[in-house]
Amino acid sequence: MLTPVVDDDGAPFWEYTGRGELRIQACADCGELRFPPRPCCPHCQSFASEWREMSGHGRVWSYVVPHPPLLPDYAEQAPYPVVLVELAEAPRIRLVGNLVAEAGGRLDSVAMERVRIGARVQVVFDEDGLPQWVLERA
Amino acid sequence: MATLKDATAVVGIGQTAFAKQLPESEKALACRAILAALHDAGIDPGEVDGLASYTMEETDEVEVAKALGLGDLTFFSKVGYGGGGSCATVAHLAAAVATGQASVGVAWRSRKRGSGPRPWKNTGVQLPTPAQWTRPFGLLRPVDEIAMLARRHMHEYGTTRDHLFNVALACRNRANQNPAAVMYERPLTRDMYMTSRWISEPLCLFDNCLETDGALACVIVSAERARDCRHRPVYVHSAAQGLPAQHHGMVNYWNDDPLTGPAWTAARHLWKHADFGPEDVDVAQIYDAFTALIPLSLEGYGFCGRGEGGAFTEGGALESGGRLPLNTSGGGLSEAYVHGFNLINEGVRQLRGTSTAQVPDAATCLVTAGEGVPTSALLLRT
Repeated sequence: MLTPVVDDDGAPFWEYTGRGELRIQACADCGELRFPPRPCCPHCQSFASEWREMSGHGRVWSYVVPHPPLLPDYAEQAPYPVVLVELAEAPRIRLVGNLVAEAGGRLDSVAMERVRIGARVQVVFDEDGLPQWVLERA
Repeated sequence: MATLKDATAVVGIGQTAFAKQLPESEKALACRAILAALHDAGIDPGEVDGLASYTMEETDEVEVAKALGLGDLTFFSKVGYGGGGSCATVAHLAAAVATGQASVGVAWRSRKRGSGPRPWKNTGVQLPTPAQWTRPFGLLRPVDEIAMLARRHMHEYGTTRDHLFNVALACRNRANQNPAAVMYERPLTRDMYMTSRWISEPLCLFDNCLETDGALACVIVSAERARDCRHRPVYVHSAAQGLPAQHHGMVNYWNDDPLTGPAWTAARHLWKHADFGPEDVDVAQIYDAFTALIPLSLEGYGFCGRGEGGAFTEGGALESGGRLPLNTSGGGLSEAYVHGFNLINEGVRQLRGTSTAQVPDAATCLVTAGEGVPTSALLLRT
């Protein structure tokens, strides 16, 4: 499986998820959330930022179901849903992720007919700290 | 202020054969396409002083110039963002010629995407941003990234697989008229489309472009010089690039409205500088790496309202004789996928009156680069 190739701007996000926290970068001056993380606030041009904890609630904005040809580790679990989750606190921030039956579950562990746009989801974290999503109504 | 409007013209076009696998190198194919375009224009290689291509082009200016015996170059540029750069290569040369930075410009693209590797399979070298936010979760390929927008467009606006089939069919039908097209002898039916294998739901095999080896080029000179060339000039009436505020590239998921992409930005600039509007376009060559890009582009360039791009394809609108004949050489879906350069050359053929699917008396043509990435577009006219 591919692991995140982390850059300087993204490093804090992955450090927090490694501790089981979903945090999004926010401007320390004007307070606007922004994603993906970047050095400067596009609203007020401040370089001061903080990492604000999210509730971990969201809704599926869209999803795709990849089929092979894929990289081998992914082909072995295909077809699997990849969801785009809009965060409850910031609907225009949407995180790409996987919908799984439980933390650490396989990419294909949720029945496909249960995946739909608008479904309410909750973040969980696998053993490597990678964020995943489970349906709120199990 | 100097203006680009009709100041320059495309006077030569050239291409190699298109196939899943060609024996020659990308460099040799580039040289052949450029020589063909110069021959078509009736211009000696020694007169070329401007070049433009894509940042993904692997044959650089030094190699092209020394192999072909080009003159002293005074302008050369490369445009980024893959298929978003196609029309910008012509736009950069038009600007250079119009402002006196060059007098004979050549744009080209040569690619062995048919026999070469699939870029998404490269796991060793990848830009850290934004791949860290997408690839670990199995969103691996361009088709996966665009399918995410396609699904949302279906959900919000009722766009259907039949709408996407209309796009695939129009391109295939035109390819069936074009002996140079990879799919010349391969008709497509609705049954074939609906029963084909998925690539990334909701997109199936026939929603994806071809994987092709081939090269193309075109020649740009001033309108004045164009009158002395071999063929009727095709004027660059308007040109634009588009990178919207807070755009994120092909994974444009993190702004207010991911379904309003770079096409909208390019279109505003394109129409602002044009003497005509979308209703006056006789034929369109719209970048089609995936069928789902067509509804988004139809909306962006103003052929219909927001959300109406799927419905626009109904009733044969994209076919010959329809409201907007589309990709009349077969496009990336059915002629060849060479990062959209074949759409430029086909636009020129339509306005010369030499297309294999000629729109009668075509006088205006829109050509676009890839929607969903920082893009570019051209309005061509006779």
